[in-house]
Formats: sequence, C-alpha cells, structure tokens
Amino acid sequence: VSAAAAAAVTNGLGGGEQAAAAPVSADQLDVEAYAAQYSGRTRVARLLFIAERCGVEAIQLEALRMAHDEARAREDTVLYLDAVLKINSRLGPRYRHDQAWVDSVNRRAEQRKEKLETELNGYRTNLIKESIRMGYNDIGDFFYAHGHLSEAFKSYIRTRDYCTTSKHIVQMCMHVILVSIELGQFAHVTNYVSKAEQTPDTLDAVIVAKLRAAAGLANLETKKYKLAARKFLETGPELGSNYSEVIAPQDVAVYGALCALASFDRSELKSKVIDNINFRNFLELVPEVRELVNDFYASRYGSCLEHLEKLKPNLLLDIHLREHLGTLYNDIRHKAIIQYTLPFISVDLNTMASAFKSSVSMLEKELAALITENKIQARIDSHNKILYARHADQRNATFQRALQTGNEFERDIKAMLLRANLIKHDFNQKNWL
Amino acid sequence: SRPVSSPPTRRKAASRTAPDQTPESEPSSKGKAPSAAAAAAMESVEALVAHIQGLSGSADELAQLHGLLKQADGDALRAHSAGLLPFLSHLHPGAHSLGYLYLLDSFVSSSANLRAHAGGDLLVTVADFLTSCSADQIRMAPDKFLNVCRVLKNEVMQLNAPIRGIAPLRAAVRKIQTSSEQLTPLHAEYLMLCLLAKQYKAGLSVLEDDIFEVDQPKDLFLYCYYGAMIYIGLKKFRKALELLHNAVTAPMSSLNAITVEAYKKYVLVSLIQSGQVPSFPKYTSSTAQRNLKNHTQIYVDLSTCYGTGSYSDLETFIQSNAEAFQTDNNFGLVKQVLSSMYKRNIQRLTQTYLTLSLEDIASSVQLNTPKEAEMHVLRMIEDGEIHATINQKDGMVSFNEDPEQYKSSEMVEHIDSSIQRLMALSKKLTSIDQNISCDHAFLMKVSSSDLQMYFSFLPLCCPLLFSNKCE
Repeated sequence: VSAAAAAAVTNGLGGGEQAAAAPVSADQLDVEAYAAQYSGRTRVARLLFIAERCGVEAIQLEALRMAHDEARAREDTVLYLDAVLKINSRLGPRYRHDQAWVDSVNRRAEQRKEKLETELNGYRTNLIKESIRMGYNDIGDFFYAHGHLSEAFKSYIRTRDYCTTSKHIVQMCMHVILVSIELGQFAHVTNYVSKAEQTPDTLDAVIVAKLRAAAGLANLETKKYKLAARKFLETGPELGSNYSEVIAPQDVAVYGALCALASFDRSELKSKVIDNINFRNFLELVPEVRELVNDFYASRYGSCLEHLEKLKPNLLLDIHLREHLGTLYNDIRHKAIIQYTLPFISVDLNTMASAFKSSVSMLEKELAALITENKIQARIDSHNKILYARHADQRNATFQRALQTGNEFERDIKAMLLRANLIKHDFNQKNWL
Repeated sequence: SRPVSSPPTRRKAASRTAPDQTPESEPSSKGKAPSAAAAAAMESVEALVAHIQGLSGSADELAQLHGLLKQADGDALRAHSAGLLPFLSHLHPGAHSLGYLYLLDSFVSSSANLRAHAGGDLLVTVADFLTSCSADQIRMAPDKFLNVCRVLKNEVMQLNAPIRGIAPLRAAVRKIQTSSEQLTPLHAEYLMLCLLAKQYKAGLSVLEDDIFEVDQPKDLFLYCYYGAMIYIGLKKFRKALELLHNAVTAPMSSLNAITVEAYKKYVLVSLIQSGQVPSFPKYTSSTAQRNLKNHTQIYVDLSTCYGTGSYSDLETFIQSNAEAFQTDNNFGLVKQVLSSMYKRNIQRLTQTYLTLSLEDIASSVQLNTPKEAEMHVLRMIEDGEIHATINQKDGMVSFNEDPEQYKSSEMVEHIDSSIQRLMALSKKLTSIDQNISCDHAFLMKVSSSDLQMYFSFLPLCCPLLFSNKCE
C-alpha cells in the first residue's frame, strides 16, 4: 500500500472506501516541471523527499535520477551520497556510488576551504570590517554549497558583528533564514525575519515579499496556521520566482489558501482571501485551489472537499506541508460541517451526508465529536437521524449558575474562615506533642 | 441543651444526708473491713461530699468548691478511688456536676476499678451523668470531663456495643462546646462511635454545624476524616469532599497519617463526584503539595487511568491492585468509582443526543449488551441523575431537558434561604476583616502605602462585603 494511500486511511476522511482507490494523480505528477520551480539546494532536497514518500516506482526513480544529477552538478557530496544510497543501483552503472568523484570533490573542497580561511585570517589581522564580513560570507556560502549547514549557519551569524549598513544586515538575515529553513530551525527564521523588518531603511519590495513568505513558512511549520495564513496573504506578487531557493509562488497560494480555510472565519475569508487583489495573482497559478476556496465560501462543500481530495496526493509530497496536511484537512472539514449546520434549526442527516459525500453513521460520529467539543450547539436525534439546533434556556441557565456560584462561595468562605482560625492559633504540629 | 434547672437549696441538700443513708453503712456493703487509714480517708471523702452538696449553689460557691476539689484531687481521692462509687449516689449529677465529675473522674482513672465493674451499672452511671450534667459546672474542669468521656468510649468499644455510647456522647459534645462553631476532641470520638455502630444519621446532627474554631490540630484531622466517612456512608459525596478538602489543605508543617488517608479518599470521592481530581489550591501547605502524591501513588495512577475513559482499562487496573485497596479499606469506594464511569459516560451522551438507541449507548459506553445499558439508564433515571424516557418497543432512549423551571415556591424558598445564609456569612466575613484591620500586629506589618492600596482595592475584590444594603 503506498504511503499516500496509507495516510488517506489514517486521516479517515470520507470513510475507508476511498483507500481502495490508489492515489491517481501521483502518476500525473510531473517531476521535471515540479523541480523546475525550484533552484538551489531545495530542489535536490525536494526531489529526495518525493522519492522517499511517493509510492510509484517510476516517479521515484525519475526523482532520484534528477536529484543525483543535480547534486553532482552542484558538487554537493552530502546530497549526492544520499541520492546514491536511495537509488541503490537501480538505475544502471552511471548512477552507482562513485567514490573517486566524491574524494576528488572533497579534496578540492578542502583546498578551497583552506584558501578561504587563510584569506579570512588575513583580513582579520588587517581589521578591515568590510573584508572580514565578506570573508565570513564567502565561507558561509562555501559551506552551504557543500551541504555543511550548521557551519554555514555559524559563519553567517559571525558576519553580524561586521555589518555596517542596513543592506548588510538584510543580506545576513536572508542568508541565515535560508539556512535555518533547511535546518528546520524555524524559531531562528522568525527571529531573523523580524530583525530584517526592523532595519531603518525601507526595503526592496521583493525582499519584503521574501520575508513575508519566509515568516509564513515558519508559522506553518510551528503549527500557527492562522498567523501563517496572514503572512502568506500579505506576500506581495513581487515575489514571483525570486525566492525559488526556498518557495515557489504556487506554494504560497496553496499554503495560504489551506491555512486560511482551516483557521479564518467567514468574514476574514472574504476580506483577506477572496477580495484580496494581491493574493489573486497567486491563486491564478493554482486554479484548483482558487476553485475550492470559492466553493467553500459559496457553501458548495461537496465539491470543495472533492477538490481537496484530488489535491491531496500531490500535496503529501510537499516537503513543508506533509506533516500538517492531516490537521489542516480535518480543520477544513470541521469548519465546513459547522458552517453547514449554522443556519438551520433542524438538519436531516441523510441530506447532509450526501452533501459531504460520507455515510450517515460516520457523519453522526463526527457531529457527536464536534458537539462534545462545544463547537456546534445542537443535539442529535439518532432515531430519526435529525440534528436539532439547541438554544440553551438563558433563564434557567442563569438560575443554575447563580445557585452554583452561591454554593461555591459558601464552601470557599467557610473553608477560608476555618483556615484563618487554624493559622491564628499557629497551627503547627510541633504543638501536637 | 440547657442542663439541669435550679441549683438545689440548702434544705434539699440536707435532706440528702438522711439518717438512713449514713456513710457508715457503706463500707460494710463492700464486705471488707476498712483499715484505720482507709476509714480516715473515707471520712475526708464524706467531708468532701458534704462540701459538694453544700457549695453547688452560686458561682462564688462553685469557685470555692472548685478550689477545695483541686486540693483534694490527687492522693486523697485517687488512693481510695475504689470506694468512691457509692458516694456518687449521694450526689445529683445535674446539681452537683462539678463534684460528681471529680469523684467520677478519679474513680474511672483506675483501670482496676473499671475491670471490677465491667459491664455493670458503671456505664449507666456515666451515661446518666453525661446526659444530665450542668454545662457551666463541667466547663470548669474540661480535662476531667474529656477523660470521663474517653473512658466511656473505651468501655463501650470493649463491650462491642458502640451504639450505647452514642446518646451520652452526643449530649457531652453539646455540653462542653462553648459555641456550636467550636470543635472539641469529643467530636472525633463521637463520630467514630457513630461509624462503628453504623448510625450515620446520628452523626449528622453534629456534622451539620459549621466549625470555625479549633483548639487542637489532631481533633480537626480526625473530625474531618470520620465526618467524611459518615457522609460517604450516606452517599452525600459533596459534603464529604468539603471535609476531606479541609483535611488536605489545612496548614501543616509535616505530613501526618490521617492526611494521607484523607487524601486517598479525597481522590476517590472526587472521581465519583466530578470525574476528575482538582489540583491543589494555592493555599495548600507546601508539605502536602510536595509529599502527598508520593505516599498515595496507586490512587494517582487510578485517577489517570480513569481519565482515559476506558472502562475495561480501569477494571483491569483495579483488579491488579485489589490487594492494596483492600488493605486501605477503600475497596468499596473504588468499586463505586468504577461504576461512576458508566454514569459519567452516559451523562455525556445526554449532552449530545436527543434520542439514542440502546445498542449505540451500549457500544459507546463499552457495555456488553443493550440490556445492560437499559439497566444502567433505568437506575440513573430512578436516582435522578439524568432525565430520560426509555422506549422499549423501539429500543430507544429519549433524553429530556431538566424539567426544573425555577418557578415553584419550593425553589423560591430555597433561593431565599440561600441568600439569607450567604448574607449572614458575608457579614461574618466583614466583621472578621474589620477586626483584623484594627489589629495592632497587622497594622505594624503593613506600611502606609500598602494600606492605601489595600483599602482602595477592597471594594473591588469583595463586592459582597460592601453590598449589605442589597435586599
């Protein structure tokens, strides 16, 4: 059973029936087109991720082949070794582990490293700030290119002391952000984004967009979906493909839309997503997502959920979204259910089940769970399969609460008076004996 | 209860030493020839008895008598305590309570005397004394009074007839209390007797008073513990929880065994009452907060297991630890915790469903058959824990809303009495607060700026204190 199908079962969306149908669109994933959206290290990382998670062998091998070529071209030994390991000699002699090449690359890297370090030491003795800064930057770039991320991180951080203009600071922040994203340390990302945004000079629009996207990504990974949605929606269209070493504009659209659907209420959804002109540019890139947002807003929940299901297998192959997909989908589905029941006094569960394309018993269980969590004010008539809205009787509830408060007050005051008395008599067990 | 009416006049006292009851006849009824010293002692006792009879009038006389008694107490009385019993018949327990008490106390303090008279009329004598003695008089010698009560308690327990001690001790409690808010050592003893005799309702009369004054820490812990057990026996779990809460959160510098046991029951009763164990409030002593859980680990584990909501897990856990619960004598409570889980789950269903089939109830609450579900629901309806109707034809249960409309006259009375009670309580609180604010020690500790803050915040924190105009 492929990983995506297994995930579909565990998510339990739409019942177990859909697990039998294997994810069809995974076959249609165009690995080359997908990889073309990205550049730099993230391209290789994403390809490896796809290879790992995708169940279809043909796509696996395609992805691994591309990853291998890319890693070799970049002379990134770490990623290269990873790719070779995963290929496992399935692709023929050209893709076998080439230790000689690895060694030569490492040797050259050593030499370059020594050269850079000597240069840096030279600059340090000369105490020219700008040169020291550039020296550290070069070393950082070097480490990054060869896949030694923590050293790269450290080097970039060191440049902070030698930054003189805000442009330098921004540059440093961007580097750190890039490495932190790859390292998965999203707390740093948020820190450095705010650092960059606080520089006194006005920033270039592209950089602003990049920072927003990075902040959104950090929030997404730390499960703050509402904040992530806001950041993605504020990303300007100037982003374009300028940040392809981290994120593609299609991703901004998808992440932003999904997070917004899962966490915004109706009015926010309308004002920030549907009426958002800037974001419309992003949404145009992924028409399916635009459709599903509109469907959700127009209460066509059935088709909205269908779109989501169709997108699911591809989204599961996304390196940032995968872990959160289950939660996001659940949240969206729950929001849909809650919104569906809001306007009615009574809802026939059969009609609702067909609207949501699930069985009545599954729907009943979901509703029971939502009622227990107090998200829906209703009660289920299980005999006739109807959901009745329930409005608590304010008067009775008030009386009940008042009496209860009175009781609690009485109990607490009595206990307090007793304790006060005990303390007054200096209640220590020394006095026992 | 106000004890015996008027103090006897001298005439009455004189009539008591009528010739046909001369002390000389007493020793022969004992069947022993008194030695010279014993005879002398008897004479001094006689003199004492005469003093008692004569001086039990006004308060001055009582004070004088008290002095005499204290002098005589010790060797004079104790050495010849065996012979004191007959003298008691010369005295009236109500009128001559103080003297009676001294004599009685020195008599019962010797275990030889007790053994000699075991099972006899001694119990009746003591019980009679306790019920009819004068509260004012015995309050002058509280230790002796307590001792006599304790002896009574020991005797009834030895005879395995705790019920015999209940009425006398209840009277005793009322007599030695200076106010109904005071806790005496007798409270705990009395409650223990009620528990042993399984006369829970008898214990209620004492438990219903709120206690605000405590002299001895040990009394409080035992009182709370036994009181809680009585409430548990009567299934009044909320009141039991209050008492246990007081025992657990009382100020203490080192842990004592009573608190540990009280905490075990606290966990169990909390689970039965509300399905969870509340965390320690911040006024709990640090000793308790740090150490209680270490001594009661299986109970803490039990509450975590309960929290998972799975009946079978809980059942397995209880079975595997059955011995430990048995040793603590808590197994009955633990079984109630187990059955409360079904109740809690069914109650949760009433919040979600209007009607539900018995099969669904059975499956969601983890019962085996719909018949069992029906039985549980029926029992809960009878106990008034849920409002529902069972439709046997369709195998459906309809859950109804609480029919209480808060419109009946009983409800209005209930609300009104609650308001009165709370206003009285809040007046009490105000007066205590005023006393403290005038207290010298308090004023010394609080600097003037803090004082200003204190008085400006007071209306905000305690609105009830300042609303004594509300009707």
